[in-house]
Amino acid sequence: MGKSLRVAYGETLKVLGDNNDKIVVLDADLAHATMTNMFKESYPDRFYNFGVAEANMMCAAAGFAHSGLIPFVSTFALFGTGRAYEQIRNSISYTNANVKMGLSHSGLSVGEDGGSHQSIEDIALMRVLPNMTIFVPCDPIETRKATEAAMLINGPVYIRVARPVCEEITTEETPFIPGKANVMKDGKDVCIIATGLMVAEALEAAKLLKEDNIDAAVVNMHTIKPIDQDCILKMASQCKAIVSVEEHSVIGGLGSAIAEVIAGNSPVKFARIGIQDKFGISGKPKDLFEEYGLTAKNITSKCKSLIGESEK
Amino acid sequence: MKNIALVEKMNDIELGEKSLQLRGDILKMLYKCQSGHPGGSLSCLEILMAIYYKTANVKADDPGFEQRDRVVLSKGHASPALYAILADLGFFDKADLMNLRQIDSHLQGHPDMNKTPGVDVSTGSLGQGISVAIGLALAAKHKKESYRVFTIIGDGEMQEGLVWEAAMAAAHYKLDNLIVLLDYNGLQIDGSNEEVMSVGEPTEKFEAFGFECFEVDGHDINAITQAINEPCIGKPKFIKCVTHKGNGISFMADQFGWHGKAPNKDEFEAAMLELGVN
Repeated sequence: MGKSLRVAYGETLKVLGDNNDKIVVLDADLAHATMTNMFKESYPDRFYNFGVAEANMMCAAAGFAHSGLIPFVSTFALFGTGRAYEQIRNSISYTNANVKMGLSHSGLSVGEDGGSHQSIEDIALMRVLPNMTIFVPCDPIETRKATEAAMLINGPVYIRVARPVCEEITTEETPFIPGKANVMKDGKDVCIIATGLMVAEALEAAKLLKEDNIDAAVVNMHTIKPIDQDCILKMASQCKAIVSVEEHSVIGGLGSAIAEVIAGNSPVKFARIGIQDKFGISGKPKDLFEEYGLTAKNITSKCKSLIGESEK
Repeated sequence: MKNIALVEKMNDIELGEKSLQLRGDILKMLYKCQSGHPGGSLSCLEILMAIYYKTANVKADDPGFEQRDRVVLSKGHASPALYAILADLGFFDKADLMNLRQIDSHLQGHPDMNKTPGVDVSTGSLGQGISVAIGLALAAKHKKESYRVFTIIGDGEMQEGLVWEAAMAAAHYKLDNLIVLLDYNGLQIDGSNEEVMSVGEPTEKFEAFGFECFEVDGHDINAITQAINEPCIGKPKFIKCVTHKGNGISFMADQFGWHGKAPNKDEFEAAMLELGVN
């Protein structure tokens, strides 16, 4: 049985805190949801609650960073990147402040809370900011590695943390190098580039495609910024098509980042799977993935149709 | 160079002369680049002087030393006043002032901590400076350091909700190392505060939020200094500094039209003549 990415995040914060007393954790009345309470229990004097006031928390985090401390800031992805956008922009990103934002409940997989709480634009918002690094871990182990890696970067980092419990699809041995995508499975017909919870769907899709004798590669793009251009272009040259998959709007996220790399560099066929310019709704995560086409089945059919087109 | 020592030698007459010289520097900068904000720079000058020449522990030859007091100009558009003082204290060459807002200058339109020696926090987006100052003050407490954090806010700026989020947190965390100074000139870009969006009585509001509050003549350096030095334990401090926008230049005083407009040649010459400085 797996665990949720947010639990992995909370556990990691605690361990990082054990080894570095410069780490402080800031939350906006969601410590029991973002799992920063795991840090708080061990280090109450290094935990600061800002109440339901995300904008002030982001600026205050910059103040902590300017004072030589290493603040990890948590709230829901929507309220962190959305409500406090300009605070992140001017007080954190513009000054290159050493602030780590581990924001949970990202994407549709928030589920029942519905469209008002499902951030489907956060990657886009953070991606346009200079100095920003963006990690989207796919499982608990990778969440731990991403959180550890964030601490080693001197500058702002956004870690996009999903809410659901999920199985491990990477191992302790799987490398996590910021900016270097992991090829989970090589292939020559089509390349599925996925991020976050969609990596598991992509691996499943590759299995389904194999039944039809289609050799699909699967890339785990755990770092959205800086994006791994070399990996994308290599896949573009060895495969007939690329399909991106993300639990995020197709505008501005992983798909857009890949399109920016391909444009002008490769004639490869390319399609983006994600949320098609609309908001989420309430429902169980599994049902929502079905509704919005974020499934292995949909990835499979998109791959097939793209390959078909390329062979016309 | 430690400005405290430098200032202790400065009497009231010398401070008065200094304020004229700094006003002249501000006008020269704005006239030279034909851009910037004279009104608010001239209204908060004595507030910054009380901080830099009378109270703050800062060193021009070591702008980043750990124990320094932090100064956050939350109303970042008043940067010319800050730059004139930092140059006067020797944080950088005074000649740099004439490159304000130019392509190769370290003096950005709004303060930039990564470019200008002596600037502790990049500001300009209203409301954010005081909010970052909360983080600085809380971090100082966290580190058990005794330095203080000064932040200067504008009256129009108080319309930003973030100011009140910050005020709430300052009181909650009992930040008695934080001093918020309000440049209360009553005017903003589109007119008077009352016309644009009345904020009520600021002292009452900050009092209600849990601040220890003081009201002073914002052009009286000694009065501001005295309020800064008043003991205040367990509470953040708020000082309402009643000022005049464009203070010191008769035709700019209390005119909202001088919020963000540079003087032309005739206006510049008239202003310098009035100040009696070169």
